[in-house]
Amino acid sequence: MATLIDMRRRIRSVKGTQQITRAMKMVAAARLRRSQERIFNARPYARQLMNLLQSLAARTEWRGHPLLATRPVEKILVVLVTADRGLCGAFNTNLIRAAETYRAEHAGQEISFVLVGRKGYEHYRQRSVKIAGKHVNIFFRLEFSAAETIAREIIESYSGCTVDAVDVIYNEFKSVLSQRVRVERYLPIPPLEPTAEETLVDYIYEQPPHRLLQTLLPHYVEIEVYRALLESQAAELAAKMTAMDTATNNAADMIETLTLTMNRIRQAAITREIIEVVSGAAAL
Amino acid sequence: MADALPNSIELVVVTPDRLVVEAAVSAVTIPGASGYLGVLPGHAPLLTELDIGRVTYTRANGEHAIAVARGFAEVLPGRVVILADTAERAEEIDAERAERARQRAEEELRKMTQAGESMDQAREALRRAISRLETAHHKTS
Repeated sequence: MATLIDMRRRIRSVKGTQQITRAMKMVAAARLRRSQERIFNARPYARQLMNLLQSLAARTEWRGHPLLATRPVEKILVVLVTADRGLCGAFNTNLIRAAETYRAEHAGQEISFVLVGRKGYEHYRQRSVKIAGKHVNIFFRLEFSAAETIAREIIESYSGCTVDAVDVIYNEFKSVLSQRVRVERYLPIPPLEPTAEETLVDYIYEQPPHRLLQTLLPHYVEIEVYRALLESQAAELAAKMTAMDTATNNAADMIETLTLTMNRIRQAAITREIIEVVSGAAAL
Repeated sequence: MADALPNSIELVVVTPDRLVVEAAVSAVTIPGASGYLGVLPGHAPLLTELDIGRVTYTRANGEHAIAVARGFAEVLPGRVVILADTAERAEEIDAERAERARQRAEEELRKMTQAGESMDQAREALRRAISRLETAHHKTS
């Protein structure tokens, strides 16, 4: 049977854990706010770029660009965006499960991975999958340059015909309470719907349109990758916040039960002592 | 002429990180890859790459400047959209930091010239720093 001292020690340890989980929750909440702000700030640019591409699509014959060319899909590059760190509930597990489902669904094709985030890399490095690239520890200080590097890598693989399609698997930030795993095709770039707006006849191109596309399309891929990274970061922090909140509550429940047991043990000891005193007195 | 020309145009400057400026202006100059170009309300639609340089625009309360580097600019009827890789308003520029960057870039360039290496990157850094300094200076002039 546990002694009083044992119980006190256990309660103290659970309290310590609770303090840590509470602090982690606070940190996640603060960082989540900043991360959400960044998603919000990145939106105008993405929207304007999209408008620009759409208005360009309305006017130019641009199907010939290598990033738009579709070919029979035999080899796929999958960019799996996981987190660098754990303690965020089912965040990484869900992603890896989605990746496994994806592999099962595309059993006929050859799949290679670009692993973003340490958790995905740790999971796959021991397994028999082809790893084309890894980017770990980028989320603590997430910069646009990280997205540029990844985008350049996938564009190179695609335009060099090493792969026939590039898909990205990442967690989308829906709200603080829910994240959703998304699988999106990044390359070839899905055809853009030209806007029904007025087609302008006297449009001036300072540079030839094909040259503009040459820089615009890779840029578009960079922005999309950046968006996926931001979404994933916010989703990770939200998941962490929820997980740490649950942990803090569980710790509180545990402390309550332990305190109750401890009080029972103490009471039992006191009762026993009284009985000893009383029976000792009776024996006199 | 059917319509009188409007007397203001909407200017939007965005970078991947943020919205820098959104305002109604009466004139804009843009550092296009093939040279600076001035845009007044009623300009014909246009698309250009951006160089490193200074975007200036005129509002009711005076002239303002933004240091931009690389990206695109699109002129639409009634709207100028500037998608820059980086953009800083004149009042945001840390002149001291830009000055240090300029010295660093010059130093790099000197070293590379001696070593005979490619110096595109250092030259680009130098141009950015100079552009920032000029833009920062612009505000006080």
